[in-house]
Amino acid sequence: MPRLPFLALLGVLMTAALPLRAAEVHTFTLDNGMEVVVLEDHRAPAVVHMVWYRVGAADEPPGRSGIAHYLEHLLFKGTEVRAPGEFSELVAANGGTDNAFTSQDYTAYFQRVAADRLDLMMELEADRMVNLQLDDRDIATELVVVQEERNQRTESDPGALFAEQRSAALYQNHPYGIPVIGWMHEVEQLALEDAVDFYRTYYAPNNAILIVAGDVTPDEVRQLAETHYGPIPANPDLPERIRPQEPPHLAERRLVFEDPRVAQPYVVRTYLAPERDAGDQETAAALTILAQVLGGGQTSELNRRLQFETGQAIYTSAFYGGTSLDDTSFGLLIVPAEGVSLDEAETALDDAVAAFLEEGVDAEQLDRIKMRLRAALIYGEDDLQSLARTYGMALTSGLTVQDVEAWPDILQAVTEEDILAAAAEVFDRRASVTGWLTAPADATPAEEAIQ
Amino acid sequence: MIRIVLAAAVAVWAALPARAEVDIQEVVSPGGIRAWLVEERSIPFTALEIRFRGGAALDRPGKRGAVNLMTGLLEEGAGDLDAQGFAAARESLAASYDFDAWDDSMSVSARFLTENRDEAVALLRSALVDPRFDEDAVERVRAQVLSIIASDAQDPDTIASRTFDAMAFPDHPYGTAMDGTLESVAALTRDDIVQAHRDVLVSDRVFVGAVGDISAEDLGLLLDDLLGELPQTGAPLPGDAGYALEGGVTVVEFDTPQSVILFGHEGIERDDPDFFAAFVANHIFGGRGFSSRLMTEVREKRGLTYGIGTYLAPMLNAELIMGHAATANARAAESVEVIREEWAKIAETITEDELEAAKTYLTGAYPLRFDGNARIAGIMVGMQMEDLPIDYIATRNDQVRAVTLEDVRRVAERIYRADELHFVVVGRPEGLNPAN
Repeated sequence: MPRLPFLALLGVLMTAALPLRAAEVHTFTLDNGMEVVVLEDHRAPAVVHMVWYRVGAADEPPGRSGIAHYLEHLLFKGTEVRAPGEFSELVAANGGTDNAFTSQDYTAYFQRVAADRLDLMMELEADRMVNLQLDDRDIATELVVVQEERNQRTESDPGALFAEQRSAALYQNHPYGIPVIGWMHEVEQLALEDAVDFYRTYYAPNNAILIVAGDVTPDEVRQLAETHYGPIPANPDLPERIRPQEPPHLAERRLVFEDPRVAQPYVVRTYLAPERDAGDQETAAALTILAQVLGGGQTSELNRRLQFETGQAIYTSAFYGGTSLDDTSFGLLIVPAEGVSLDEAETALDDAVAAFLEEGVDAEQLDRIKMRLRAALIYGEDDLQSLARTYGMALTSGLTVQDVEAWPDILQAVTEEDILAAAAEVFDRRASVTGWLTAPADATPAEEAIQ
Repeated sequence: MIRIVLAAAVAVWAALPARAEVDIQEVVSPGGIRAWLVEERSIPFTALEIRFRGGAALDRPGKRGAVNLMTGLLEEGAGDLDAQGFAAARESLAASYDFDAWDDSMSVSARFLTENRDEAVALLRSALVDPRFDEDAVERVRAQVLSIIASDAQDPDTIASRTFDAMAFPDHPYGTAMDGTLESVAALTRDDIVQAHRDVLVSDRVFVGAVGDISAEDLGLLLDDLLGELPQTGAPLPGDAGYALEGGVTVVEFDTPQSVILFGHEGIERDDPDFFAAFVANHIFGGRGFSSRLMTEVREKRGLTYGIGTYLAPMLNAELIMGHAATANARAAESVEVIREEWAKIAETITEDELEAAKTYLTGAYPLRFDGNARIAGIMVGMQMEDLPIDYIATRNDQVRAVTLEDVRRVAERIYRADELHFVVVGRPEGLNPAN
């Protein structure tokens, strides 16, 4: 099948749901509360060094959307001992690459370098955990860069704008309804003081997880971590992580997003869904498998019924991201074939799901899914960065190392009854948003060339 | 006492800078198929990368998109299995096969477990040698391709590259999208797809890399089984693409808040003696990371963009040096001006410090590329297609280190030609006069 543009977006969630397990995982905690995870793999003389903070966009104060992500950019500016930009220059001068990412639940910074440069990476990362020094000019320029990032990632992409509208409609009270990058009108107003307040509150060792993966031993990591991160005092005033929760949802929401740049209309339905909780991952495991049963590949229920049997779709998918601190979502997607309206496509999608619930899970398909999940453990050992990310996401989303390690077996234990029960619980239209993405009826292609 | 000895060995090794130590063997199958192999026994699977030179450039006249559509259909039924049957068989084996068409090649990226390798290879073989191209599958995948073509026509990045390519290569397949057009794809018949398969999947243009849990002997047998029945020769490869674009600015009006800016001109061949110097010069000017000239001038100092970068694109029949940025419409003219100024002065202004920083980064980052079986397999196939020696990985960093300031300045003078620089700007850029 050719690569459809919808795939890339959804792939992130699918990968995150796959179970991965390292050959050797070691964990310990520094005296100041910083958690440490070491994934030992000596196949190449390289390491990934990551620091994950248990803070993300959903922890932002009201009216300051985008501050978590903006602060992530500002961490590449100077500290008391490093000039602006010096961090990345030093990493590059040591042959490494570095970057950072922000989500609703976490902010993470990472470098990939030769294993013998780990000492320097920790020195740099520990320095900017508490010694950030920002100057007005730096931060003004960076705020424009963030606006251009929003322009590039969101404003230029009708699919991204549509997703933002759907999230805003799904969450009635929880800040997951606010985009990670922030609403443009609030991003424009972000000030130095907002960034500094956020930094002082949340950037501390007792709110951080260090993950080192690669050609290292746990003893080396412990010694280096105690040297660099050990002396940083814990923040005794770290706030408890409590976000406004969702009330009972009483009425389904529907939206139509029109944009002249849409060439291929589609329908997405998202339902509010439970996430993986520490010691309680069974429902999330059933939903993870349900997403595979409905939308995981060629032989999935939606694909088979809607592409192969009725021909009403050119693409279908189901997606679920269980690794989340608070309530997550379960989604269904249908891209209609030519001549099929969005209304007909939505009905076809609902009919296909209803027929599946009636007929139950195909036992052979369930076996194939479990086989793929088992194989993913083997293939996953070859991708150390993904493995490190899996641990970082889990530990910043309220899970423990034990939960991560138990997850593959919990997935294997899921039965047909579990899947159908989870589907019955989640497919409640009152807790759903149905979105149509389409071009306005009178849209004409906006393109003309001027030489 | 084994532990102590090991610990000492690790300490010594860790004190050395990372080196790319990839032990490549050349394998020739009993039937004469060559491959490069890295045995990596610690995880029980194998990654196999196969590429056929030619790819979408082998589309016959009036059949643009045939190779791409054919490639999308390889996994849609083969031998006794229809599309659903093929997918179910593949899922049962937990194998993966990705088939992709590119301008100059068609690639097969496969991954299979040791425990069921024979079955996984047999299934892949049926897709390569005996695809069905059933009518219903053709229609299903055709509809997907048509949807992609329609979406691409509304995507600013794609519009920019299509516009550039069409002007640069008016008389060559590079000048048009390999997906084809709505019209050309709608007109393709099953016979066209069968012909594309016959033209592309041939044994005298195949390059193979394998990494994983497999011996040289087993790989040889596997390759004969997998590829031995393909015909030997295919359609003739197209010739030199030429380059027809002059310096200037082309604006494509498109209603979006941000302008996409694509810029470049003719580049440098991969086998040019100065290629390494050009590679280093490009890194200094617009390569990866936050510290390139363009990132510093355009993002860090002026906040004009979230990202800007340049790259060398040596292809089979043409060479380009290209760059990309996206900026607010109101500031597009300023961005173009800054890029042009930097392009004009890079040759004279590269410093010894920049050169040293680039060399340290490039030599340090190189070993980090080899971080997974599939990636190593892909790199090895790329090396073979570029006709690099089998010991290239061990010597590559020395070649980067050997580049002098004189070399980069000489090559920068040669390859950065501001008067030939052509900008394609897609959006509603303000103050950008196509004549400037």
